Amino acid sequence: MGERVLFFVLAIVAILSAGGVVFSRNPVRSALLLVLNFFTLALIYFSLSAQFIGVLQVIVYAGAIMVLFLFVIMLLNLGSPDAMPQERDLKRPLAYLIGFGILATLVSQSLALLIPATPQASPDVGTARVIGLALFTQWAYPLLLMGVLLTVGVIGSILLARRRAS
Amino acid sequence: MTLADFGWAILRIALMLGFLLGALPLVIWLERRALAWFQNRVGPNRLGPFGLLQPMADAVKLFFKEEIVPANADRLIWALAPALALFPALVAAATVPWGPNRLLTPVADVDIGLLYFSAMSSLAAYGVLLAGWSSNNKYSLLGGLRASAQVISYELGMGLALATAVLAAGSFRMTSIVEMQAQPLWGIVPLLPNWLIFTPWGLIGGALFFVCMLAETNRAPFDLPEAESELVAGYQTEYSSMKFAAFFMGEYIAILAICAIMTTCFLGGYLAPINFSPIQALGAQGGFWGVLASLTGALMPPFWFLLKVFALVFMFLWIRATLLRLRYDQLMNLGWRFLIPVGLVNLALLTVYVIWGWVPSLIGYGVAIVLYLVFFGSRKPERRTVLLVREAQPYRPKEA
Repeated sequence: MGERVLFFVLAIVAILSAGGVVFSRNPVRSALLLVLNFFTLALIYFSLSAQFIGVLQVIVYAGAIMVLFLFVIMLLNLGSPDAMPQERDLKRPLAYLIGFGILATLVSQSLALLIPATPQASPDVGTARVIGLALFTQWAYPLLLMGVLLTVGVIGSILLARRRAS
Repeated sequence: MTLADFGWAILRIALMLGFLLGALPLVIWLERRALAWFQNRVGPNRLGPFGLLQPMADAVKLFFKEEIVPANADRLIWALAPALALFPALVAAATVPWGPNRLLTPVADVDIGLLYFSAMSSLAAYGVLLAGWSSNNKYSLLGGLRASAQVISYELGMGLALATAVLAAGSFRMTSIVEMQAQPLWGIVPLLPNWLIFTPWGLIGGALFFVCMLAETNRAPFDLPEAESELVAGYQTEYSSMKFAAFFMGEYIAILAICAIMTTCFLGGYLAPINFSPIQALGAQGGFWGVLASLTGALMPPFWFLLKVFALVFMFLWIRATLLRLRYDQLMNLGWRFLIPVGLVNLALLTVYVIWGWVPSLIGYGVAIVLYLVFFGSRKPERRTVLLVREAQPYRPKEA
């Protein structure tokens, strides 16, 4: 009972803050609402006993990526964006159609599974040890591939930064 | 969770916050007095014994100060920033064990204790960053930008330093890290405890962590975000009254919390420096000695813990009184080109110890030191002119 109340409170905060990210006219407030969204998402992970993912969510997204986002927004000192000129074509209705189509598919497929669900995962399913064992034994090759991908990203970003400085 | 568990949790939270807020005036007093002694001054000594009540007087003064809001400030974010600066500092120490008994164990002895600390300390950048931006003042903005760049850069080195403690203990759990350090030194010396700082990886990791924690709390010699000679006071220029006090409190509470983490991870937490206590040995007889033994058994661990924490706080002040502020490019070079490579090599050699044992690891440390001396030891100190407007700033303005 208590867990369900907690979930609904967190879910409402997460949805409201996600809406605020899109509808806020001020880029800094938008970014801050995204931080709030990531933070509530981490709390939802905690309530599902996925503590490791929850804490990584805070460290990586709320703590590092969003600080850089804010850093860039403040550096450029962006005002609120001007209204884009509206073109009368099919893009907008098509975007609504696809978006709501995906939403409807997701909701219809997942709600039926979620409503009667009683979480029965073992309490240590989200611990660092379990995740580490899975990553470094069963999923070792995908992990190595991800490492290669990240290395490519790092080298690429260094290359970009160097070119600008010279 | 039963009602009793809930009660214990509330008690532990109250104790932690009570310690942080109760030690705060003491740290502020210590900073002013110790700094005065270092500089051959007297310092505040009028109010109360040794001037101990001076922080109270300062607090009362700040309560009655007029609060001035800058004309073009973003008011909501401007008011939010001090709270965001105070919050991570207050909660960061929640996974630190203060002693072995039920009241002094961490508020939450979770499996991800150390990661929780890094998550909270990574949130500390927001308060400073938003304060700088929302004040709508160029000095504040520069201070905020410097702070965020600095905190992000040194978080990496800090993570590598903490990873040595995690790898040596085999767990993120803070109590496991302390238990690991209760073993006999190096597994062979019986009376001395195996504090991490006594091992080669722990010594290097601890030194790295100490440098990173100075940078992370924006303290001298890394206090560029508030460098008063160039940025007035950086991000806190426009703040007055209790909002300024919130930043001030956040800074000192963050120092206490981070010193508690360093104590737990590298200096043996609440353990005594000797693995033997005559009172405990006599306590086995029962009677008077038994009472005394249980009393010291309950009181000594927090005593050792606080002693270590305050020794580290004193180191902060000592360094502040001794070292000059770094330039921005020096700060970045130190973080990215020295601390992070050293941390990575240290971590690699610790894994060698974990897998193959002492001998290959020590050989590895020898090889690493020789290689460092061969490649970098004979290099002359670099002398070059640095443009303070471009290279030494966190951003590069467009070419005119």
